[in-house]
Amino acid sequence: MPGLVHVTTTINGNQTDFLCEPRQSLLECLRDVVGMTGSKEGCNDGNCGACTVNLDGRIVTSCLVLGVEAQGSEVNTIEGVASAEGLHPIQQSFLENAALQCGICTPGFIVAAKALLEAEPDADEARIRHWLAGNLCRCTGYDKIVRAVIDAGERMRA
Amino acid sequence: MTTANQVLSEVEFEVVGTRPVRPDGVDKVTGRAQYGADLDLTGMLQARVLRSPHAHARIKSIDTSRAEALDGVRAVVTAADLPLAALSREDLGNDYNRFKFLSDNFLASDKALYRGHAVAAVAADNAHIAEAALSLISVDYEVLEPVIDVRAAMQDGAPLLHDDLIHTSAMGEVSDQPSNVASYMKFEKGDTAAGFANSDVIVEREFSTASVHQGYIEPHNATAHWRADGQINVWCSTQGAFVVRANTADVLRVDVSNVRVTPMEIGGGFGGKVTFYLEPVAALLSRKAGAPVKLLMTRTEVFEGSGPAPGSWMRVKMGANSAGKITAAEIELAFEAGAYPGSPVMQGATCAFACYELENGTIEGYDVVVNKPKTAAYRAPGSPQAAFGVEQVVDEVCQKLGVDPVEFRLNNAVTEGSRKVEGPVFQKIGLVECLEAARNHEHYRTPLAGPNRGRGIAAGFWMNRGFHSSVNMTVNPDGTVNLIEGSVDIGGSRASIAQQAAETLGISYEEIKPQVVDTDSIGFTMVTGGSRTTFATGWAAILAAEDVKGQMVERAASIWDVPAEEVEYEDGIIRHKSEELSFTFKDLARQLYTTGGGITGTASLDPTGEGNSFGVHLVDVEVDPETGKTEILRYTAIQDAGKAVHPSYVEGQIQGGAVQGIGWALNEEYYFSDNGQMMNSSFLDYRMPTSLDLPMIDTVIVEVANPGHPYGVRGVGEVPIVPPLAAVANAVGHATDQRLTSLPITPGSILEATL
Repeated sequence: MPGLVHVTTTINGNQTDFLCEPRQSLLECLRDVVGMTGSKEGCNDGNCGACTVNLDGRIVTSCLVLGVEAQGSEVNTIEGVASAEGLHPIQQSFLENAALQCGICTPGFIVAAKALLEAEPDADEARIRHWLAGNLCRCTGYDKIVRAVIDAGERMRA
Repeated sequence: MTTANQVLSEVEFEVVGTRPVRPDGVDKVTGRAQYGADLDLTGMLQARVLRSPHAHARIKSIDTSRAEALDGVRAVVTAADLPLAALSREDLGNDYNRFKFLSDNFLASDKALYRGHAVAAVAADNAHIAEAALSLISVDYEVLEPVIDVRAAMQDGAPLLHDDLIHTSAMGEVSDQPSNVASYMKFEKGDTAAGFANSDVIVEREFSTASVHQGYIEPHNATAHWRADGQINVWCSTQGAFVVRANTADVLRVDVSNVRVTPMEIGGGFGGKVTFYLEPVAALLSRKAGAPVKLLMTRTEVFEGSGPAPGSWMRVKMGANSAGKITAAEIELAFEAGAYPGSPVMQGATCAFACYELENGTIEGYDVVVNKPKTAAYRAPGSPQAAFGVEQVVDEVCQKLGVDPVEFRLNNAVTEGSRKVEGPVFQKIGLVECLEAARNHEHYRTPLAGPNRGRGIAAGFWMNRGFHSSVNMTVNPDGTVNLIEGSVDIGGSRASIAQQAAETLGISYEEIKPQVVDTDSIGFTMVTGGSRTTFATGWAAILAAEDVKGQMVERAASIWDVPAEEVEYEDGIIRHKSEELSFTFKDLARQLYTTGGGITGTASLDPTGEGNSFGVHLVDVEVDPETGKTEILRYTAIQDAGKAVHPSYVEGQIQGGAVQGIGWALNEEYYFSDNGQMMNSSFLDYRMPTSLDLPMIDTVIVEVANPGHPYGVRGVGEVPIVPPLAAVANAVGHATDQRLTSLPITPGSILEATL
């Protein structure tokens, strides 16, 4: 049994310390150690995007990052997207555009779309489709998700 | 709303037909919704399943002692822990095969029948320990020759999966030899041979489709706690908590009242979570360990150990005369059941020609076991495969006759009163309206120009289901209503059911608070599947609301001291006929607790009258002649929804179904080695469509009200996956001048056909 490693990181703006095994992924650490289950496991091999989080400004599939790699990093997850003031425009746009059905892929899509729109709020359909190609959705056929992200960009520019 | 999505309404309502935000929406966009894998219980253990590496093998012995000795392991189970192990053929009588097949698919007893078949499970302090323990379990296999192709499995001398599987035909004929053919069916109408003799053109082709997976993003999961007093609590991802309760009790041989199933939020199902795989295993582990046990599948386990949709072989023959009328048609379908009997070949058979007025038709179907996972339902099970064959043959008949494929379908379309080959007569249906919407659509009226491009059209049918549903409603003192239901919400059904309740009560959508509860807390409710939930649970909500209305009227009458017959309920107002006395719903709700107590409305029903669904899809493709890659340029899906309760979620069902069908047509397949090993059991290699592969999916909702529902609702979830396979194949066929008769239509298969 390997020993536990102490990791100090910032999650959604709060300094967070946790103990993990060296073999545990960041996704496992978030879900099973820290207790934040908003990031989902769909494949555990980086292909579905349901576990997408923002690590130091880049979106990553947290199942392919080790928990120990988060040492000293800033991690932003779905749990940090809304604030005390309310939902983020992307979240509101997903609701109003019916951009989710079962909702299991939704956290990953929102974290990924937020990273895109913060850098490129005027991203067009082609750009959005390209950016979100790492996130699988089996329910919607992507139509309403893409529309929601276009709509969210408009809200963020306003 | 954009013009890309049109709704052609016959009738308008106040709440039904609007597009409110779903009640569970905020939790789902903030990561707070609790899916099965998110559950945490005090002292909970984690479990993993050991699966057969062989597609066909006899299990001679299993030694779990080394796994049990590993530090941190709390329980190990095999089929020896299931009640089946202690029951004999004599004990079970005629129920033997049914019960053995049910039990063996949870944990194999004597034979592993597919790669990925569960043979043992371990619960441990964490999942890593459980995984390590799996490698310490020794299974002595006698490896047998597998058979993984439906046609090969039907041959004399094919390896037999079950030594005692004797098939019985629909005609009651029993074969004298065991075989892999689990059942045979035949339906006839008119004189098919004479119909072909009277035709001017005949097209006959064979088709095949690969096994495909439903592809829900959330893997199967189950948590069970077998309490010391015998109560078994289960939390899981399922389309039907009552099905899990019944089958868990059955396989564990306990009373249903000893099992309480709590359906967690579900991350997609598409039919694949009507079947379940983990719950009894988690329960057995929990009993042994004396603690709650959570059991999760990995993605590879989902592919290898849960039900795909069947691979199939079909032969389709159709004749038509020069007037453009079909004179006869016949189809032979052989569907892979997987390891145990039960493919949806019956549904494929009854859907095959459902779009066409046939005077003469013959349908034959075979349910065939092969060494693949037992197939499970996948959105309109059986119908997409059948349509893949039939709709391509129709397209080719149109080419030979030189007629427009929409006009030909209109010329032969079923309408109210048409009788299907197998007997049933259609009630009011909307196929003609869908075809007319296609003909009038800007997509169809815009010519497709350019080389290597083709346009495909196909129609599809699904019968839809009714089945049992229950709803309870309580009135809160602030005038809101709690709506308690047993239908798991996979795609917005809390909203569509609440809308029907609000419409009936004459109050606002926001005043209805829907909640999905466990099997102890609501009456019997069948699965969220069969396109039945908005239809049947919605109807239960309507009846429960009527019950509330009746009680509100009685309460008002008692407060006013007038006969109840003199009190009316209209648009959320309770009014005495004198018009001098009235309550708003909210006014009366506020007084309930002090005027006789709270009010609860209830309804349980098993409705018939589910309206059948038809869809018509148009697709434009471009095929790269050098690489064989097919690009979807434009897609329009037209469907009769009866009445779209929440049009956005109806559009979502149509778009999602269409895209799953595009994946089935172009990319997706279980790729097997000769010895039955699935070679592509990850999302990297089993390639589902991404956002980059697709254009917007335009929709037209046609509303031909279903006379069998108070608001005219028809089920919508399944039929959208029926037309795309053939629509895409027809489009690729026109783009390449080649008929592609085998799915998926990969770049390789296109190059093989065209170079």
